Amino acid sequence: MKRQIITVLNVLVVFAVLVGLWQALVWISGIPGYVLPGPSEVAKAIGARHASLLASLLISTISAAGGLALSIIAGVGIALVFAQWSWLRRMLYPYTILLQTVPIIAITPLIILWMGSGIWPVTVVTFIICLAPIIASTTQGLISVDKNLIDLFLMHKASPAQVLVKLRLPHAMPNMFAGIRISAGIAVIGAITGEWFAGSSRVGQGGLGYSIMYASAQLQTAYLFALVIAATVLGFSFFFLVMLVEWYFLHNWHESKRVAEAE
Amino acid sequence: MSEAIPEIALRGAGKRFQSGAPILENITLTIDRGDFVTIVGPSGCGKSTLLRLIAGLTPLSTGEIAVNGMTPVNARELMSFIFQDAMLLPWRTVERNVGLGLELEWATRTARKKKVDEMLALVGLSAVSLAYPRQLSGGMKMRVSIARALATRPRIVLMDEPFAALDEMTRDRMNEELLRLQREHGWTVVFVTHSVAEAVFLSSRIVILAPHPGRVHEVVQVELEGYRTEETRASGKFEDEVSRVSRIVRGAHGV
Repeated sequence: MKRQIITVLNVLVVFAVLVGLWQALVWISGIPGYVLPGPSEVAKAIGARHASLLASLLISTISAAGGLALSIIAGVGIALVFAQWSWLRRMLYPYTILLQTVPIIAITPLIILWMGSGIWPVTVVTFIICLAPIIASTTQGLISVDKNLIDLFLMHKASPAQVLVKLRLPHAMPNMFAGIRISAGIAVIGAITGEWFAGSSRVGQGGLGYSIMYASAQLQTAYLFALVIAATVLGFSFFFLVMLVEWYFLHNWHESKRVAEAE
Repeated sequence: MSEAIPEIALRGAGKRFQSGAPILENITLTIDRGDFVTIVGPSGCGKSTLLRLIAGLTPLSTGEIAVNGMTPVNARELMSFIFQDAMLLPWRTVERNVGLGLELEWATRTARKKKVDEMLALVGLSAVSLAYPRQLSGGMKMRVSIARALATRPRIVLMDEPFAALDEMTRDRMNEELLRLQREHGWTVVFVTHSVAEAVFLSSRIVILAPHPGRVHEVVQVELEGYRTEETRASGKFEDEVSRVSRIVRGAHGV
């Protein structure tokens, strides 16, 4: 416990020092605020425009969370199909790699073209960028079950459904979470990329991606910083949330959670 | 009387790789109910394959195997298989691991709970029923594995080098416990090991396999009177038996 407090204090001290250095740099160098605003200006921008900042954050959160949730459902579903029928896996697996390598920034305009603007196309962009890691890692977990364990289940006349639910799925959980963790990190990137293209044609409030474009064009650099901070906090929160859920499911038994326990 | 049906009967049983290379050839063997039979032989002689054939986990290439007059697959509910590693599900507590077989066979929750508690008491693990496998020692894990195998009331227990990964003292103690359990329940046991001393201590008969391809070299009757205990190991008779059987095993190696 004492150690954890010290860790938190260390992080806070480092943060304070970095912010202090940033402020000092701005004061001493005299760089204009539209190029590099100081932390005080950023704080002021946050204070003055917190309503629109929160609104943008909310829109991006919906798209990112929606896309991530859909990719988990679809990704695990596809992995289950791949695990059950290996011929299908061999046939289609290369395309999931394609999904991962295609530059999202290049296909986003296409999706906008087909789906128009708004939250939905952004959710789809997020979905696409999140899908491949979940398919790949969950499939890996589902098919790497020890042969002897399957034999053990067969000795007890287990049905294929029992093997899936009581053996393959729990065995795949650590892999699945590893995939979801990666996807949670990039979900926000997907949403912002989508909004970059999709948000602009929408009148009124856009997500963080749209607002970043707008603030950048208007040279509202302090607000741009605020938006970047909001996007970072959002990405970090996703990652942290997944870590928390992962810990809840795995901490009792999985080796990866053992180190924390020993400390 | 149904005495005519042996518990396990192998007639000319053989197994080939897909390439056609034989692993096991022409195994003929009868195991009676309540027998403790050990299979020994050099590695690669197909000991584990033989056990898997009896369990119906590997299909036969030639000959036939009958378990209580049925095909191995149909006789599965009479059998339990204990693997070399304890093969516990790491995400389940000890008691849920022990209850796995019952759960797969759709036993009711109350029946399961009762049986699991009974099994845990039997192997002396009641105190750790809520622990996870990673918190257990190798010997304890093996006990859980045995409790799980016994929970479904098998008549036949197939064991594939179950104690190979344990230290000698633990292994000796597990052997004594196994004999006690076998005597209480009257199981038929087929036990694979590469330790001649373990085979002599445990079994009434030892099947010695010769390699390339795996075949029965000799079936040895163990000449040890009565029920074996810790003291048995210290007796001169035990040592004589171990060296007698070892000589035959060396013959099977062709050394």
